[in-house]
Amino acid sequence: MADTSVNRSTTRGMRLPKVNSRAVVMTLYLMFLLLPIYWLLNMSLKTNTEILNSFTLWPRDLTFANYATILSDPAWYMGYVNSLIYVVMNTVISLAVALPAAYAFSRYHFMGDKHLFFWLLTNRMAPPAVFALPFFQLYSSVGLFDTHIAVALAHCLFNVPLAVWILEGFMRGVPKEIDETAYIDGYGFGRFFVKIFMPLIASGIGVAAFFCFMFSWVELLLSRTLTTVDAKPISAIMTRTQGASGIDWGVLAAAGILTIVPGALVIYFVRNYIAKGFALGRV
Amino acid sequence: MEKTVNQKAWFLVLPVLLLVAFSAVIPLMTVVNYSVQDTFGNNQFFWAGLEWFEEMLASERMWDALGRQLLFSLIILAIEVPLGIFVALNMPKSGFWSSLCLVLMSLPLLIPWNVVGTIWQIFGRVDIGLLGYTLDALGINYNYTQDTLAAWITIVVMDVWHWTSLVALLAFAGLKSIPDAYYQAAKIDQASRWKVFRYIELPKMAGVLMIAVLLRFMDSFMIYTEPFVVTGGGPGNATTMLSIDLVKMALGQFDLGPAAAFSLMYFLVILLVSWVFYTVMTTLEKRET
Repeated sequence: MADTSVNRSTTRGMRLPKVNSRAVVMTLYLMFLLLPIYWLLNMSLKTNTEILNSFTLWPRDLTFANYATILSDPAWYMGYVNSLIYVVMNTVISLAVALPAAYAFSRYHFMGDKHLFFWLLTNRMAPPAVFALPFFQLYSSVGLFDTHIAVALAHCLFNVPLAVWILEGFMRGVPKEIDETAYIDGYGFGRFFVKIFMPLIASGIGVAAFFCFMFSWVELLLSRTLTTVDAKPISAIMTRTQGASGIDWGVLAAAGILTIVPGALVIYFVRNYIAKGFALGRV
Repeated sequence: MEKTVNQKAWFLVLPVLLLVAFSAVIPLMTVVNYSVQDTFGNNQFFWAGLEWFEEMLASERMWDALGRQLLFSLIILAIEVPLGIFVALNMPKSGFWSSLCLVLMSLPLLIPWNVVGTIWQIFGRVDIGLLGYTLDALGINYNYTQDTLAAWITIVVMDVWHWTSLVALLAFAGLKSIPDAYYQAAKIDQASRWKVFRYIELPKMAGVLMIAVLLRFMDSFMIYTEPFVVTGGGPGNATTMLSIDLVKMALGQFDLGPAAAFSLMYFLVILLVSWVFYTVMTTLEKRET
């Protein structure tokens, strides 16, 4: 529409800063993301007097006392242990049932397969708030209340569908000829699945495990509702840092930082698949 | 891939079916059960029919919460989707910087939701938070525990902080799937930046963006932990979303009947909207292949 010469001159004028504008946008966005996390880290390394009495951009009086408090007090660190136990249980259960199911969905047509697939997804859409009370009653009535397995099973509600969807996405990428060749070579289903098929989708299993781990780790409402003492997760313990003398900000911040660590440690390994995982294997 | 018809595949799906039936169908039936009964304690239940549904549909409290919830979901979708696309377009395509961006951007997604709340609760405090302190120093009156507008801005910014990366990561995955040849063709045709975006990048991203919108709608519609930690639903009821209201009703006041009726309607709304998205998504997928 516009005069081409005008167009060209504007693009030429734009070209030099254009390279920089990308970097500027990304820097600004990453700063927006990292500043609040930095602030938490900053606070976790300060004493409460420094937090409350002076406003400092970095800890003047560097202290690890807040972390020491958490790591030496069973009431605190057992929260992390509890969380880890039910998260690992949940990941194992989810993967164990999701692997064969995902294989079935990726390879075969069977009666009601599409409906079943969508029905699984509806469980990912179910608000945990809807399930909190019935879960509480269900697990109380079967005597599982305040156990790790109760939380692990409750989290299966959204993690099993997630695992099935992610694994199905990865399995679709494996050519069917491999299955057929293996069957001709005399492999039974079980041996084929474990010895040949699972190594082929190892990255998919890793990603599915990561996402099960993550979503179970970040959830609070169900895990808090289903536990009181023995299996109480760290996130629920954190909500009770308010003592008689006010909130212990330093310890609260340190506890927060420690909950970020597990995710941050493994994120590097799944960075290229993270979009696929969030999209339930649909990218 | 061609799939073969095999009814025996049901056996492979059976474990999932049993597990999900235990953890989803039984609780859901409990909810259905409560929604049509009334109790006077002592575990004695009486048939109440649709009474609770009628009561909830007539209650202003639920409509107000629903209104706030819709407003919240619409606002965050309107901010996160364009912002996510914009960030994805500016991300380095490959190499070290690309990996670094991916890792750093994923960080907020991996933080437990109550810690997200805690981070923003601290960050926005006037006395000890960087954001609150700075705003206060600039002379802006900002107090998210007392001012409705400030509370809303805080939870919206918090959600943008928390989830924009998800949209960006998905959009980025869509962008990376575009072959170079498309861009070269556009260059030969001297297409403007806007036209490249409109006619090459946007159609190619449509599929993943659909997923992003679906996920963001679903998750924002059931948001509980983050606003609960930051504002506790206040000031007053200003940030009481559907889930917060429901938990208050079910676990706080133990109003089983109304809470159950509320739950079912809440779930149905999410299902309905998600089903529409899902149908659009699968037709898009089919058209592509």
